[in-house]
Amino acid sequence: MLPALILVFVIGLPALNLLPSEGSLWHVSDYTLNLFGKFLAYAILALGLDLLWGYTGILSLGHGVFFCLGGYAIGMHLMLEIGAEGVYGSALPDFMVWNQVTALPWFWRPFSSGAFALAAVVLVPGLFAAVFGYLTFRSRIKGVYFSIVTQALALSMWLLFNRNELNLGGTNGLADFKTLFGYSLQDAATQWWLYVITAATLVAAYLACRTVTRSPLGRVLVAIRDAEGRVRFSGYAAAHYKLFVFVVSAALAGIAGALYAPQVGIITPGKMGVLPSIEMIVWVAVGGRGTLVGAVLGAIGVNWLRSFLTEAYPDLWLYVLGGMFVAVVMFVPDGLAGLPGRLARWARSRGVAPELGAPAVARRPP
Amino acid sequence: MLRSVLAAWIALTGVHAAVAASLPDALVADLVGIDDDARRAAVSVLAAQGGAEALQALRALREGSLGVWADPDGSARAVITGTAAPSESGDVAPLRDLGGEPLRGPDGQALTVPRTSVRMVEADRALRRAVKAAIDRVELLSGDAKTRESAAGRLGREGGAEVVAVLAEALAREADRTVRRAIDEALQVARLSDSDPAVQAGAVERLGLLHGAGALDQLKALKSSNDPAVAKAADAAVRRIERWGMMTRGIEIVFSGLSLSSILLLMALGLAIVFGLMGVINMAHGELMMLGAYTAFVVQEVFVSSVAPSARDYYFVVAIPAAFCVAGIVGLALEQSVIRFLYGRPLETLLATWGVSLILQQAARQVFGAANVDVASPAWLSGGLAIVEGVRLPYNRLFIIGFTAVCVAAVYLVLFRSPAGLKIRAVTQNREMSACLGVRTRRVDTWTFALGAGLAGMAGCALTLIGNVGPDLGQHYIVESFMVVVAGGVGKLAGTVAAALGIGGLDKVLEPALGAVYGKVLILGALILFLQRRPSGLFPAKGRHVDV
Repeated sequence: MLPALILVFVIGLPALNLLPSEGSLWHVSDYTLNLFGKFLAYAILALGLDLLWGYTGILSLGHGVFFCLGGYAIGMHLMLEIGAEGVYGSALPDFMVWNQVTALPWFWRPFSSGAFALAAVVLVPGLFAAVFGYLTFRSRIKGVYFSIVTQALALSMWLLFNRNELNLGGTNGLADFKTLFGYSLQDAATQWWLYVITAATLVAAYLACRTVTRSPLGRVLVAIRDAEGRVRFSGYAAAHYKLFVFVVSAALAGIAGALYAPQVGIITPGKMGVLPSIEMIVWVAVGGRGTLVGAVLGAIGVNWLRSFLTEAYPDLWLYVLGGMFVAVVMFVPDGLAGLPGRLARWARSRGVAPELGAPAVARRPP
Repeated sequence: MLRSVLAAWIALTGVHAAVAASLPDALVADLVGIDDDARRAAVSVLAAQGGAEALQALRALREGSLGVWADPDGSARAVITGTAAPSESGDVAPLRDLGGEPLRGPDGQALTVPRTSVRMVEADRALRRAVKAAIDRVELLSGDAKTRESAAGRLGREGGAEVVAVLAEALAREADRTVRRAIDEALQVARLSDSDPAVQAGAVERLGLLHGAGALDQLKALKSSNDPAVAKAADAAVRRIERWGMMTRGIEIVFSGLSLSSILLLMALGLAIVFGLMGVINMAHGELMMLGAYTAFVVQEVFVSSVAPSARDYYFVVAIPAAFCVAGIVGLALEQSVIRFLYGRPLETLLATWGVSLILQQAARQVFGAANVDVASPAWLSGGLAIVEGVRLPYNRLFIIGFTAVCVAAVYLVLFRSPAGLKIRAVTQNREMSACLGVRTRRVDTWTFALGAGLAGMAGCALTLIGNVGPDLGQHYIVESFMVVVAGGVGKLAGTVAAALGIGGLDKVLEPALGAVYGKVLILGALILFLQRRPSGLFPAKGRHVDV
């Protein structure tokens, strides 16, 4: 599965964007490439979410917050890179001029350094998750309690980021980026490179997550999902493992946000609200939690469907989204990735010998 | 130029106001004339005389719509012009006489004339001020208590010996308690600018007794008065008023906290029972409330179309049980079709119910439209209870608080004083053991879920009294009511009640100091810290559970 994905998304799409001529059937337009760049960024987030939910059994309904923290970190640098070329010709970002802020707030200053912004993409969501996770896991808040608390986190951060006095652009967020480290974002070549970087990051994140899940650490995570009490009684500090995986998934979400912002050209609090945060769960659920490939497939597939439906049948999208939540949970709990195994089992139960080479049945507890 | 001279000449020679019979012709002629002194005199005559026509004329003069129109038969008459509209022959305006009746042409049609044929009566600054005061004086004689009250306030700020006399006279005549207080306060405010220190001191003292918050700035200024008696009285009055203000604000905060708490409690009640019983957070709870609210809307529409107007207000009495039934039935269907298959998997149930909530929202959007629908509060719930001066508790919020209390009592009776409640509590405490002892746990689940859904429906119905009814009604308070459930813990009604009071009260206490957003953020922080101490809420289930 992985080689096929690499072939299509890492090599195929960018090559088809460059090589065939514009009119060719095989040509992938800049728009499509950009769209898939966005989906691949989502897939990075989905990997982290899968690690957290699919492997460790922790359902976070607030991952939009970490996504946005990463996006805002890079977005702040991009805003400062605009310099005096904004609408008002001021060195301050336009929205600050508009809000009558006269000096750059202190927390904006370090972001004029690109290296700092890149570090902040990982560190800000990571540290935030570390503090939040430490407080919640230490007191053994888990299950639906944890989900509700993270949902409240998403709601309150969303309310907070919508305020103008936070000096982060309020409802409109950060937008109208011009250049990224000196390269114009309007340039097709820059966007092409951003796509390639996103795809490469996705592969790297995938490999990192696979290393985690295949290590003894990964076995402990799965054990926590299946019987946390027993893990604790066996002498493992379950809270530490949970904190680790929560921070890793928050950092991945931050990276995803940072790759999203320059490609889409805007980052707003709308991405961190309750609905977008819970929507991220359905990517993993549809793709198949507990399998890394499933998370990637789900993120790309669901968002592809979304961008198609919201254009063609806008009234239908919420029905489809809601239906997906219900259907996946009830009928295909292991998602698309688990479908082949499910079919094979079904075929065997009907007395039909499975084909040689059919994928092994996923051995996961029900 | 020529025209205005002509018009002035017409105005001077003979304006007749035939239709405005109650205003003497000479007075009207003075009012629309060009002699400033005569006009000012006419205004004060009108102010003293009062009445609807006088008010019409004065308002027209203030708005600048009073004019003199040269009749085709040569005479001039005082008219009120309406909004001009463009036509082929320039701007034309409809005309009304001073009584407010539209002027009609010979054909009986409402008359519109070119703007240029009407000379507008212009008022300079001094005259406009006089007109304003005159309007207030006329309104002080109005039949409507509210109008009298606000006119008194405006007159008081105006000040002056004449105003004091007018207000004192009005006070002697006034019967309504609230208006009496307003006039009294206005009278004292007018007396504050009196030259006699004794009168001033008396007014200051009286304002302090009346808790006249509107005069606070003036009183503060008087604290540095040259006269020691006035300064001392002002100091005492300011302190009195400020203390009173703090008390009323305190009452308001407590009441709004109680009001928010009762809403949260009403919503969390059903949620908490289901959570305690099955460990399931029902994300579609908010949408069940939305269904309840739309049920109230439908019942209202049915009443409007088929019941006598006098009985329409009682739709709400029907709407509450109807909302309970509709939401309960939908909840029953939801439990039978989805949740039943997901027992023991709380996170999956959470996601599935979220999916259901999206579907219900979109369905409501398509059936009733994305815009809010209009649910009118019954007339018997409008208005409020004035407990002390300046504090009025709205009846609809009082109703919600009372309704919540009734619901909590009913749930208590069901849970703790009925055979069904015994089974619910047994299954909540130990599902396996209850099953062994012959309780049909699945059936208990089903009916409890339906009960919780019905409670949500009634909560939605009650919410129509204070909020908009739209497809996203359920989303507004839902996260907070989840927090109530989590903070309250499972299995104990008292936990939910205490958590709702705590979160609702904290919200309203923090709101004035920090603003609504920071207050909510702080509450989340407080909840996380609270869960450090009590990870399973206020009243955790007792027992030797590994996972508690």
